[in-house]
Amino acid sequence: MSATAVEIRPPVWRRLIGFNAITGVILGIIGYYLGWFLGHHITGKSIAFFADIDQNDLSVLFGYFFGVSGFLIGLGFGVYPWARIRGYPPSLREKETQGASRYFGLCTDHKVVGIQYLIGIGLFFFIGGLNAMLIRVELLRPASQVFPAGQYLTLVGMHGTMMMGMMTSGILGPFANYFVPLMIGARRMAFPRIESLTFWLLMAAGGVLTTTIFFGGFPTGWTGYEPLNSQANTGMDSYLVFFALVGVSMCLLGLNMLATIITMRAPGLTWSRLPIFCWAVVSTSILNLLAAPVLIAVLGMAILDRTAQTTFFNPQGGGSPYLYQNLFWVFGHPEVYILALPGMGIVLELLPVFARKPLWGYRLAVSGLLGVTLLSWLVWQHHLFVSGINSDLRPFYMLSTELISIPTGFTFLCGLMTLWRGQIRFTVPLLFCLAWFFNFLIGGLSGVFLSDVPSDVTTHGSFFSMAHFHYTIMGGLVFAFFAAIYYWSPKMFGYTLNERLGKIHFWVMFISFNSTFAPLFAVGFLGQPRRAVTYAHNLQFLNDWVSVSAFVLGLSMLVFLYNFVYSLLFARIPAPQNPWSSHSLEWQLPSPVPVHNFDRIPVITGDPYDYGNPSPGAIPAAAPAGGSS
Amino acid sequence: MSAQPAAADSGPAHGRRFLAGWIVLSAILTPVVAFFVGPAIPPGNGSVEATGQVFDNEVLVAVSTPVCVFVVLFLGYVLVSFRSRTAEIVDGPPLRGDTRIQIAWMIVTGVTVLGLAGFGTYELLQGGAGGGQGPNAAFLPAGHNHALDVQVIGQQWEFTYRYPTFGGLETPHLVLPANTLIRLHVTSLDAVHSFWAYQLGVKADANPGTDNVVYVQTKGARSFDIRCAELCGLWHGYMFDTGQVVDQGRFTAWAKQQQTYFAPVARYLPQYATTYMPDPQRRAG
Repeated sequence: MSATAVEIRPPVWRRLIGFNAITGVILGIIGYYLGWFLGHHITGKSIAFFADIDQNDLSVLFGYFFGVSGFLIGLGFGVYPWARIRGYPPSLREKETQGASRYFGLCTDHKVVGIQYLIGIGLFFFIGGLNAMLIRVELLRPASQVFPAGQYLTLVGMHGTMMMGMMTSGILGPFANYFVPLMIGARRMAFPRIESLTFWLLMAAGGVLTTTIFFGGFPTGWTGYEPLNSQANTGMDSYLVFFALVGVSMCLLGLNMLATIITMRAPGLTWSRLPIFCWAVVSTSILNLLAAPVLIAVLGMAILDRTAQTTFFNPQGGGSPYLYQNLFWVFGHPEVYILALPGMGIVLELLPVFARKPLWGYRLAVSGLLGVTLLSWLVWQHHLFVSGINSDLRPFYMLSTELISIPTGFTFLCGLMTLWRGQIRFTVPLLFCLAWFFNFLIGGLSGVFLSDVPSDVTTHGSFFSMAHFHYTIMGGLVFAFFAAIYYWSPKMFGYTLNERLGKIHFWVMFISFNSTFAPLFAVGFLGQPRRAVTYAHNLQFLNDWVSVSAFVLGLSMLVFLYNFVYSLLFARIPAPQNPWSSHSLEWQLPSPVPVHNFDRIPVITGDPYDYGNPSPGAIPAAAPAGGSS
Repeated sequence: MSAQPAAADSGPAHGRRFLAGWIVLSAILTPVVAFFVGPAIPPGNGSVEATGQVFDNEVLVAVSTPVCVFVVLFLGYVLVSFRSRTAEIVDGPPLRGDTRIQIAWMIVTGVTVLGLAGFGTYELLQGGAGGGQGPNAAFLPAGHNHALDVQVIGQQWEFTYRYPTFGGLETPHLVLPANTLIRLHVTSLDAVHSFWAYQLGVKADANPGTDNVVYVQTKGARSFDIRCAELCGLWHGYMFDTGQVVDQGRFTAWAKQQQTYFAPVARYLPQYATTYMPDPQRRAG
């Protein structure tokens, strides 16, 4: 700050007033009580008249609606539309603000949103993980010990819903928001305000789900099957509103990513030069954009069933529980690939850097990602293999499900062959990538058992399927997430995470992860159903083993947290501009990345994987100052 | 510090060495897994369907073994052979793909996947493999016209059973005759349950308003565990029971005894039907 422009900063209390998260929370609470009052005013008397219950879903739903609206208005999402209505010209003024306060409000800088996502998602990941620890405490003994049955179901539901909902943006939120514009040579995302909206919607959703404990929790798990859904207490409304908000956030996030990658690539960045991580983002965004509306629709129908007494899912009124199951899984199966595909993208993006080789079979890898995207729409009824619907279609769904292993196999081939004959450096990110292959291999192979109808009859709804999707989602998404944060933290924060602590984190996490979930395959085969608070006595040893391993797995997260806080806040060893000697575009920028990213938009002349090429062509001609590796 | 790429093709013939190792290891491990691990995989030998599932699991672990060996051996080989041993960063050879390997990979994975899907379909055609098939079962076992009908009614939070051939008898105990083809009609009165008779290899969701048919061919006399496998509300974790497969004569005697025992309440039961419309009920959980 130059001496001529000495600025008198207002006192702290004055700076807290304005459009920010604090105002948002205050307006959110006011909005909730306003909606609650309205809901009671509308239906309170009729509920008391017609039913012997005192629970008013409408007041809770109105409360959430007005609360979330108030939260968003308090954050300042109404300012820009209002200014445009009054005739002011378009601008991105929110991007110009500086200082720590921009992390607590609406900010149109994609780098700020990326870090907001990282912290926000991390917070809810921590809550969801804590729920998992409590579940494992309960399962130390075969009978119900610590938690009553209802609380246990709420824990299971909170864990599943929190993870499945928040982690849809686990990689897209922090890393795609931060790095897609940098990788494609853009100065911002296509819709910067919508980008910020996706984040704050997700935070509002997380808050809504957490408040379910004030309404008695919900008994349905993350799938929310009808008619149990319609029977449940008002805690169920938190689940419905949570997932609907997550759906809106997912849909907008996908739209924004697709628009950015399609329209804002730098000159010369043809589709065949696009980094593979961006391809994974494209695939995921297609699924986000098309699957989330189905979710919003089915939850809307469930809300109508609970409040307006419609009977979409009630057989007495001509509805069908199968309708819910079909619609939910039409969303739900693409959803699991929304969780898996970004992980594949991260792994394929990082391997060339640490093997010092080009990505092997680029086109095959892209077709693998797109093939999974396409096939994921054709498999949803494998979740209904024993439900009694369309038994004549089972061979088709068995085939289509098993066909997914072909494009997934492309990813494996490309990744493994990239390592072949490489000059591999065993850094922490690479270790997480290698673990991804092992975990996803186990997850994929167990998926074959679940896709085979005769084998599925025993494993369906048991701990086998639970172990399967933890191998693919935790072993896939979460390991890739940690690879990404160790890899990109020098660029995001300007400090490298401690390598020794990183390796301790990796080994503790990898071993305890496998020690937790591998025995659960056996537990499932031996007959323990999911989500049951009791189990057979002969399974106690395996369950205790799993619980203890899970506690160690939880501790490994604390190792990471310690490393993260220690490296970024205390050690603060400045990282070089390009510590991994990557050829990718984002590493050619200085750290920290300037607000407008590029002084001049670079011209791309090759893909970012030309390792081993004596005359690299991918380094952008117009990269800002700073040695390119 | 842009480094010179390592020589593109130096050192031993890695590809051939790896493939040889893979073939040898797979040839040793696959039979071990198929003949020692496979038969030990549940659900065991309680019914024809359960035996079929064990065979399925056996085939699947046998096919999985070479795949698992491939990836794990590959990762291990790469870790040992292609580790960078220099302090400065050296680039590897710029290999960008190999059409022959890609096509070979597609053919091998494609054939494996189609083979598995074909095998699974063949097994499924043997009568539905113990999975619930809904009101219009597509996969009928031989002699299905003479199967014994037994109805399973899921309700919060227990299963009850009706025997239409014994005057619509309803009882909380499931007893089945040995060496008989049985047609289970699974339905529900409230939420979605899932009837899981573990040792019989039977699982079928109980949906309100739906008759979910499962065929199971029992073998010798034994007991089996029953659990609910679909989250159905508060006491889902306590919805378990034990069923019995008994000899024909004992089964008939038991059914007669139950008919006498439940005679006083039998006239208050609704007529036997494939589904029952429950009273509208909210806030049960």
